[in-house]
Amino acid sequence: MYVAVKGGEKAIANAHALLAKEGRGDERIPRIEHGAVGGQLAVLVARVMNEGSLYDPELAARAIVQAQGDVLEAVTLVRSYRTTLHRFGYTLPVDTAQLPPQRRVSATFKDLPGGQQLGATFDYTHRLFADRGSEGPAAAATNDDEAMPRVADLLGTEALMEPERPEGFDDPEPADLTREPTIFPMSRAERLQALARGDEGFLLGLAYSTQRGFGRTHPFAGEIRVGEVEVEFDAPELGFAVPLGRVEVTECQMINQFTGNAETPAQFTRGYGLVFGRAERKAMSMSLVDRALRADEFGERIVAPAQDEEFVIQHSDNVQATGFVEHLKLPHYVDFQAELGLVRKLNAERQEKA
Amino acid sequence: MSTALPGYNVGYLDEQTKRMIRRALLKAVAIPGFQVPFASREVPMPRGWGTGGVQVTASIIGGDDVLKVIDQGADDTTNAVSIRSFFAKVTGASTTTCTEDATIIQTRHRIPEAVLREGQIMVYQVPIPEPLRFLEPREAETRRMHALEEYGLIYVKLYEDIAKYGHIATTYAYPVMVNGRYLMDPSPTPSFDNPKLHQSPALHLYGAGREKRIYAVPPYTDVVSLGFEDHPFEPQRFEQPCAVCGSTGVYLDEIITDDAGGVMYACSDTDHCERAAALASAHIDDLEEARA
Repeated sequence: MYVAVKGGEKAIANAHALLAKEGRGDERIPRIEHGAVGGQLAVLVARVMNEGSLYDPELAARAIVQAQGDVLEAVTLVRSYRTTLHRFGYTLPVDTAQLPPQRRVSATFKDLPGGQQLGATFDYTHRLFADRGSEGPAAAATNDDEAMPRVADLLGTEALMEPERPEGFDDPEPADLTREPTIFPMSRAERLQALARGDEGFLLGLAYSTQRGFGRTHPFAGEIRVGEVEVEFDAPELGFAVPLGRVEVTECQMINQFTGNAETPAQFTRGYGLVFGRAERKAMSMSLVDRALRADEFGERIVAPAQDEEFVIQHSDNVQATGFVEHLKLPHYVDFQAELGLVRKLNAERQEKA
Repeated sequence: MSTALPGYNVGYLDEQTKRMIRRALLKAVAIPGFQVPFASREVPMPRGWGTGGVQVTASIIGGDDVLKVIDQGADDTTNAVSIRSFFAKVTGASTTTCTEDATIIQTRHRIPEAVLREGQIMVYQVPIPEPLRFLEPREAETRRMHALEEYGLIYVKLYEDIAKYGHIATTYAYPVMVNGRYLMDPSPTPSFDNPKLHQSPALHLYGAGREKRIYAVPPYTDVVSLGFEDHPFEPQRFEQPCAVCGSTGVYLDEIITDDAGGVMYACSDTDHCERAAALASAHIDDLEEARA
């Protein structure tokens, strides 16, 4: 009987062999190449890059294949690799106002400088099962030459929008969530980092809750834009910024609940979301939760989960969440034994008294 | 598309990270029982499966170290096997199941039965490092309570246990006062193991990966389990000896042997059990030899 707990090593090897077999599926069908995943499941790849905090579509695609389609498992693979990379510096802030959008929509203005552009979207498709669609018309060239200022900046010029940089903002170095310890309360920059890698489903639920009255923020989708943006690295020894390449991003500027009182004029407030790839749902959720978490800044009463920084940040990281929930599978017999002993003792004492 | 598979550093973690964790460890040793925030990294195991312990071990392990990994006291539980083989793979360090031979012992929820010696390092995998967490969920608040040495709440909790059940009803993760200053969670080791921490010659390092905290009990430090004058701390006791090796005064696992209520008790510490059983059988051989 006692040998039942033995044999861990062999059990693991057998389990892994079975896992590989299950993951292979029908051997008459060719294996999925990660190149195919990168090209044909790009939305999934974007999710793994976002929650894995690493812009590397090839590696993310590889992770998805290796993880047999388990998103959180793929995210864990990516994160566990990313974290070992040597950090040699930081890029300059990306300028999303300059990105030529493949898609750009605003729900607050019918038309605006640069125009609206629907781009690649599932919006307005009929969700009916269909064979793979045709190639479709060649995408019209985006009007590169026309400036597309960000909607929030348009309102900003009229002072109807809270400024992007509040008065007296001295532009502190944003902390790096992945390199520095988490201390609450966080700066907004740190919170945004945490939200950017947060679980899409969790953030969606929280964002939804603010729309249903649990911490109302009165949001309007000021602007959502998707496109490639140039990333530049500031190399101090060179004295100028070196372009590293382009990454595809989705940005969401949410325009929210205005503030103002006798002293300060009424102004809309902002919520912000920025994520890798085509991940609009995530960017929108992120901007709603960002705004909700700014409650303190605007002196709003903190009454709902989405406004509670520790609640949101501590529980949005799905690598942490899934690990701790799933660790309940690990043996706990030492602690259970301790509890068992206590419960028996309590019952014995009770019987003695009776 | 054919990208090369990514490579990993020796010991898995990159050197910048190891340095950061070593700094946190030094601070933790300098302030016994104090939870030092550190920028916890992902490791290739899920959070909650020992990622804090893995990061601590990865940061301190060297070529001449001998690593032992136990889970629930046993060397052969799957998670212990998995972590041990991980370090064998990424560090090339040698591994052992023998407590005496180990220089580093990574553990989940037990302290070995064998008395630890100077130079040995225990690395604990900690799920919730904050002893006040279930009394106060907010980190900002509990840090303040530690700063002010405001520990009334935990005594109230223990008092409520006594009022309700007649004695303290905490059987693992039993809170301790370290060096007369910081309240500490000894990780969910059964309170049976708490006395082993007091004035221990070994260094005890605690890593909480998900919660991003490191803390330590340096060698020869006072570690006092909380209690009251009229209700002092009482570690668990077992009535039976181990059914395999006959040891008494050790922590036992209850093993259900049939569906008719049959149980047996055996050592949770498999290394201790094997040694004690070998000694016992050698003793029987000696006796038989003497008789012949």
